[in-house]
Amino acid sequence: MRARRRRGSARAWAVLLAVFLFTMLVLSPFLVVAMNAVKDAAEYSNQGPLAFPDHVTLRVIQRFWARVDFGGKLWNSFVISASVAVLATLFALPSAFALGIGRLRGRAAYLVIFIVANTLPHEALAYPLYTYAKALGLYDTRLSVIIVFTVIQGAFGTYLLSSVFAAFPRELVEAAQVDGCTKLQLLVRIVAPASLPTLAVLFTFFFVWTWNEFFLPLVLLVSDARQTVPIAVSVAQGQHNVDAPMASASALLGFLPCIVFFLLFQRTLTRGVTAGSVK
Amino acid sequence: MRRRSARSALHRGYGPFLVPGLALVALVVGLPFLTNVAVSFTRWTGVGWPRWAGLANYRRAFADATFWASFENNLVLLLAVTVIPTLLGLVLAVLLYDTVARRFGARPVAALKAGLYVPQVLPVAVAGIVWGWILDPGGGALNAALHAVGLGRFAGNWLGDPDTALPSIMGIMVWFQLGYPLVIFMAAVQRIDPQLLEAAELDGARWHHRFHLVSHLVRPELLVVVLTTTIYALKLFGPIYVLTRGGPGNATIVPSYFAYQNFFEKARVGYGAAISTLMTLIILVLTALFIRAQHRQERALEGR
Repeated sequence: MRARRRRGSARAWAVLLAVFLFTMLVLSPFLVVAMNAVKDAAEYSNQGPLAFPDHVTLRVIQRFWARVDFGGKLWNSFVISASVAVLATLFALPSAFALGIGRLRGRAAYLVIFIVANTLPHEALAYPLYTYAKALGLYDTRLSVIIVFTVIQGAFGTYLLSSVFAAFPRELVEAAQVDGCTKLQLLVRIVAPASLPTLAVLFTFFFVWTWNEFFLPLVLLVSDARQTVPIAVSVAQGQHNVDAPMASASALLGFLPCIVFFLLFQRTLTRGVTAGSVK
Repeated sequence: MRRRSARSALHRGYGPFLVPGLALVALVVGLPFLTNVAVSFTRWTGVGWPRWAGLANYRRAFADATFWASFENNLVLLLAVTVIPTLLGLVLAVLLYDTVARRFGARPVAALKAGLYVPQVLPVAVAGIVWGWILDPGGGALNAALHAVGLGRFAGNWLGDPDTALPSIMGIMVWFQLGYPLVIFMAAVQRIDPQLLEAAELDGARWHHRFHLVSHLVRPELLVVVLTTTIYALKLFGPIYVLTRGGPGNATIVPSYFAYQNFFEKARVGYGAAISTLMTLIILVLTALFIRAQHRQERALEGR
């Protein structure tokens, strides 16, 4: 029995070590990028990409920052993502209220409409969106991207939130109706406040998802001054006079905001992924 | 009878709350989608009016080697986006839950899980940029690492060589995707009664039997992961745009990028619309499967 336990313990250590090394391997690209973003070009060409930097310098990062006006790109991404997070939550709330609390007839069909609106490939929307945006004078504005993602994300939010609302205590709803509460009061005073935690999860998700979007912002935002972080970083990548430290500086600035979000919202994000799959 | 009217009173008045949402979906998603379908039956450069072309774009697609290459590459990429991350995620979830957590507690497990999840939080285009530089044939880190450990003869022009371009993209996608199934399966295995696994161990069940048992127990999640990642694989665009632009030749062309090219680089809007409409058909079938699976699951949960 004891021998068996010891053998089991050795096995557990081996597994721990193996998974740990594997995790380090998965994380190593981040380390390599960070290491080379703080070298200057001379040190890079002398020692190559794998050497630790002798002296850390932020000069390359500063140069890249100034060149693409990274502050402006952060602001664009922030404005778009925050607006979509707010508006898509406001979009999902009444629709999910009607479907989850009101249990409208045909709600299964409505839910299908919302989920399809979210899963349709953006490629099948891109050219008409581009044409209509031009006709309406919205092309190359942050507003165009905000409108499109409010609807696409809000559609998913409706789907998720209405299944949460379906489990909302009926007694509360019925009691409110007996007290002569209007439907709007029911939504604003009772249902919405009671589901604030879920709304916060949705908000976080909408923000991060919109930040990470690539295809439609690429199509709808053409001028440099309006681009978002992922697009600005990928455009810079394609230019010829980009040396290796500059390339790693661009990659570093591309992923740093996301790492910050991850550290801030880690719980919400990992739990939310799970909530989205199986309720 | 009275009950019924009471019930309908409770359910009346919700309709207006649904109207804005439905209207916006119709306007911002429905209208562009139908326009795209209509455009797929026309010849159009994007300037002036489209000219009716019937099924010409579809006939052209089915006869176009690049079109087929894009879907073939997509099937291969399915390995990297769905199959390998799902299997690897399941193995890691079982290892972490069944071995590491039991011996070392929840903390190291949480840390390892978070570490493996990190690539998932990046925009996939940025993930491409991170790797584009590492795989660079000149001063990239991968070739440097291979030289450093004496495997220099394996160094190559990873993304520039038609033989290694698609496998390189696949490697990047496995790296990027792994965290998603892992996190979902980690949540799922917590549902499993630990005594079941212990019993299997005492019975002397071999590891692959336990793996089998677990994969059976997390079947609902398995289905969800496979369907959502398959849909995702079909839409893959960012890394291709950033890294290879479909090349060299057609080595890494995918439907999404092929549609984009026709829309915005070749001014063959009708053809691009046809390609994206065909993509949509496949995705709608997968979405239908997804909804049915969720439905069945909900009923199973209610029945429990």
